[in-house]
Amino acid sequence: MKKAAIDEAQLLKEFEEKIEAEVKIEPRDWMPDAYREHLIRQISQHAHSEVIGMQPEGNWITRAPSLRAKKILLAKIQDEGGHGLYLYSAAETLGVSRDQFLQWLHEGKAKYSSVFNYPTLNWADIGAIGWLVDGAAITNQVSLQRTSYGPYSRAMIRICKEESFHQRQGYEIMWKMMEGTKDQQRMAQDAIDRWWWPALMMFGPHDTDSPHTSNAMKWKIKRESNDRLREKFINKTVPQAELIGLKVPDDQLKVVGKDQMGEPMYAHGDIDWDEFWRVVKGDGPCNKQRLDHHINAHENGKWVRECAYAYQIKTNNQ
Amino acid sequence: MDDKVKYYLEIADNALILSYRLSENSSKGPFLEEDLACTNIALDLIGQAESLYNEAAKLNGKGQSGDDLAYRRSERDYFNTILVEQPNKDFAYIMVRQFFVDVFNYYFHTELSKSRDKYLAAVATKALKEATYHIRRSAEWMLRFGNGTEESNRRAQDAIDELWKYTGELFNASEADLNLRESGVSIDLKEVQSHWNLKVNEVLYLAHLKKPNNEFQLPGGKNGIHSEYMGLILTEMQYLPSKYPDAIW
Repeated sequence: MKKAAIDEAQLLKEFEEKIEAEVKIEPRDWMPDAYREHLIRQISQHAHSEVIGMQPEGNWITRAPSLRAKKILLAKIQDEGGHGLYLYSAAETLGVSRDQFLQWLHEGKAKYSSVFNYPTLNWADIGAIGWLVDGAAITNQVSLQRTSYGPYSRAMIRICKEESFHQRQGYEIMWKMMEGTKDQQRMAQDAIDRWWWPALMMFGPHDTDSPHTSNAMKWKIKRESNDRLREKFINKTVPQAELIGLKVPDDQLKVVGKDQMGEPMYAHGDIDWDEFWRVVKGDGPCNKQRLDHHINAHENGKWVRECAYAYQIKTNNQ
Repeated sequence: MDDKVKYYLEIADNALILSYRLSENSSKGPFLEEDLACTNIALDLIGQAESLYNEAAKLNGKGQSGDDLAYRRSERDYFNTILVEQPNKDFAYIMVRQFFVDVFNYYFHTELSKSRDKYLAAVATKALKEATYHIRRSAEWMLRFGNGTEESNRRAQDAIDELWKYTGELFNASEADLNLRESGVSIDLKEVQSHWNLKVNEVLYLAHLKKPNNEFQLPGGKNGIHSEYMGLILTEMQYLPSKYPDAIW
């Protein structure tokens, strides 16, 4: 027993040295249980977010207003599902199966990004999701490319390449609508009004209220704090909104200085954390709808999975 | 309507409406990989449709765009077969419908790639590459369904029995199609039909699934007479261009 304890202390020391030296941790390497648990929670949550995120966008595939728009939206949703696959695979390297992740999701034990619990009510919402929601996600994911766990970092590098296309197509939808008719402009403003605050909430609570941040920063799973990432997103996005004539729905938003490149830096108004926690805990506009949809699809597909499995067994035995 | 435009629209509408049905299945697949496969095929089909609409709009010479043809016609002016309108009742229906169309598309595009209309031949050559992958996937699913479990065999057989009556229309040549034979633009559907029959018989035999005894067939789509589903598809698909006719998206 004593020997094991000594070994573990030594292993932890080596692990921390690797982290310090920016050497990636790989699936077969020793890692502290809390590191593994943190990653299992974070990566599976990330995978679920990609997959649940297919629903609000999918709501408009059949109504996409042009062939080009329909193709782009289909391709984007397909990308999101593909990201889900990379991330489930990365999470599986930590010793938990995809079936288990899905079970935890269905039982309400695993979360996904709360932003997908808001509804897509007009076509500009598809633009707003690409521009704001994917824009916020990229800000976070660019930083996660340097995360300390190898498979997660590599998944992030692939994902970031596709996400920047998503953000551009979202902004293009908004831009075209702002150049369009009064009705289109009204829809675009309505979309930013409803999606701005949920997008800011995607970065999570303020650093002072974020329970998982300190270990995650120490182990370099997370590379930048919630508030720092949120600031970066705001500084990047506000000028984009202004350029096409959209009003950011924050009366307290103001320029407080310039960064090294001479670009404006902003201070923003208070985020409604009561709403944030309410939606996280289940009482958002679409929480039940999103989860029910996923559960129904999974249950309706049970006979298909059983059939594929039975056929595989039969053909393997031939 | 010009025969060539009509012929282009028959092919494009079949691809567009099947793509619509497949895209409805997004986030509803039995597992993530198959969910994405459906979306992927929807994308291939919409790409084919778009190329044909754009060219048909030019041939039509009325200053319309490809999107106008896709989005701004009335139900009576769409010429897809009734088969592709049929709803996504379950995964067996989706895949049986797909299998019937994939086998058709594979042999149809094989022939069409030899069309004397160079544009059609080019579209068909590209579509054939995609159809080669599509047919492999849907034929594999027939084998899995038929030989998998009792339930999967029953569901696939139900889908075959119900959808069979819409398959004959794939081989009914419209007037426009017949008029384009001599010039070598359109292709002989009888040739496609004999290949289709052989392939479908082979796969169903290997899958322990049966061709229905009832040979009753229900055509109409190629003449613009559709099922009740078509109006609902168009209502949803055309929602934004109909409500905001002046908007550019």
